[in-house]
Amino acid sequence: MAKGPDVRALPRHAGDLPMSDTEEFEEQPPEKLPLDAWHREHGARMVPFAGYEMPIQYAKEAGGGIVAEHDWTRTHASLFDVSHMGQLAVAGDNAAGELEKLLPASLGNLAEGQMRYSFLLTEAGGIIDDLIVTNTGPHLALVVNGACKWDDIAHLREHLDDDVTLTHYDDFALLALQGPEAVDVLDALIPGVARLTFMRAGLFQWNGQHVWISRAGYTGEDGFEISIHETHVRALADALVADDRVKPAGLGARDSLRLEAGLPLYGHDLDLDTDPVSAGLGFALPKSRREKGGFAGHAATMARLEDGGSASRRVGLALEGRLPAREGAKVFSGNALVGTVTSGGFSPTLGHPIAMAMIESEQATDGTKLEIEVRSKRLPARVVPLPFVPHKYVRKGAS
Amino acid sequence: MPRYFTEEHEWIDVEGETATIGITDYAQEQLGDIVFVEVPQEGTELAKGAEAAVVESVKAASDVYAPISGTVTEGNSALEDEPELVNSSPEEEGWFFRITVSDKGQLDALMDEGAYKTFCEGLD
Repeated sequence: MAKGPDVRALPRHAGDLPMSDTEEFEEQPPEKLPLDAWHREHGARMVPFAGYEMPIQYAKEAGGGIVAEHDWTRTHASLFDVSHMGQLAVAGDNAAGELEKLLPASLGNLAEGQMRYSFLLTEAGGIIDDLIVTNTGPHLALVVNGACKWDDIAHLREHLDDDVTLTHYDDFALLALQGPEAVDVLDALIPGVARLTFMRAGLFQWNGQHVWISRAGYTGEDGFEISIHETHVRALADALVADDRVKPAGLGARDSLRLEAGLPLYGHDLDLDTDPVSAGLGFALPKSRREKGGFAGHAATMARLEDGGSASRRVGLALEGRLPAREGAKVFSGNALVGTVTSGGFSPTLGHPIAMAMIESEQATDGTKLEIEVRSKRLPARVVPLPFVPHKYVRKGAS
Repeated sequence: MPRYFTEEHEWIDVEGETATIGITDYAQEQLGDIVFVEVPQEGTELAKGAEAAVVESVKAASDVYAPISGTVTEGNSALEDEPELVNSSPEEEGWFFRITVSDKGQLDALMDEGAYKTFCEGLD
């Protein structure tokens, strides 16, 4: 076995978990989440991630463990603490116009309570971070990746007009309640949330407190994200797990769930060297903005959208057997190196390993047979459509 | 039959000239759900400290090192179909491989059960 007591010392191969982002934080000890003590009381094993000590999984005796937490999320409801993420807001007369210079989403037609997935882009069209923008009414709220938030804030400060105010809600916690039973659990606690549909959000009251609730998540399941002031988050977490349908779940299950859902993870599947087109995120490039431009990276993005303009493509790979291919594993077509695994692991839902990889566009067609090299063995893999496990979002208009 | 332990969380049962090697309950708990185990083939010569086996959990791949030098006499083929035996029975059915004991002196540096227990308590 690898040396050392801590799970962070056990991994011997890169890319096992979304933890390599912690490297740049090593000079500083990780910060504690508002729910730090709560996690430990629930038997969480804490690991450094994105500058925080975060729960990777909970005690086995209480039904924890990555696969158990994963399966519970797919069948009941799980509570994830994602308070490491950056909760930002921009406000001002031209907040939407200013923000549209930095990302390709259409914000002028974003109705109050509507949310959109987007990304901050460089002039070369590289992805600085992916995020969710919400029109809250008074401002445009951004939820950005924890490991990127300080760089994002610097980027926004540098490029947004001085008339636009940028606020970092660093005293707010963020909880995610995910799974098919999440809606019944949360609506019993906070009546009215069931009226939200996927990617819609609103302001609610709980225990005399304002809570901002979004019907969204990172697991592929129906679910909610709840923003609440850090002084009240413990009471809310207690109220949620008091319901037998809810168990806490950690980063490990969050990673296997999002991988099955085909959702990219910044720092692994996305980075400055990837772009929205090769990452297969064209849905977040609306027609009006493609035509009118006016955002960083527009020219580079348009060039990539042309036939043959994108040399590589993010794909899903299904593997046979049980041996997972991890991030960094090389992908071959015959003797030719055609790409690299960006995320990979064992799928608890499907019972076989799955991976996402950046592959030469010519090899990215569904059904293409490829091989992944793992410890000098070649594992057969097949390009499959994403997501691996169907999304269960509750969309507007769907019965 | 004496059982020895390493700081790398392996256990070693010595019976005559043969040692059976696996990972400890503490190790399987740390690794979490195990999905794949690769054990060395019969006849493989291993030097103390050499990479002997690989264990893949949902989280990560970890190497298992040879705690003593010797020649592999058997790998646990049951782990091919049931790697989860390492979780459910780490110190019995979930053994990894058997090896000849070429230098009994190497066992002296290993811990007994009490010392290993104390070692693990110091890690938490």
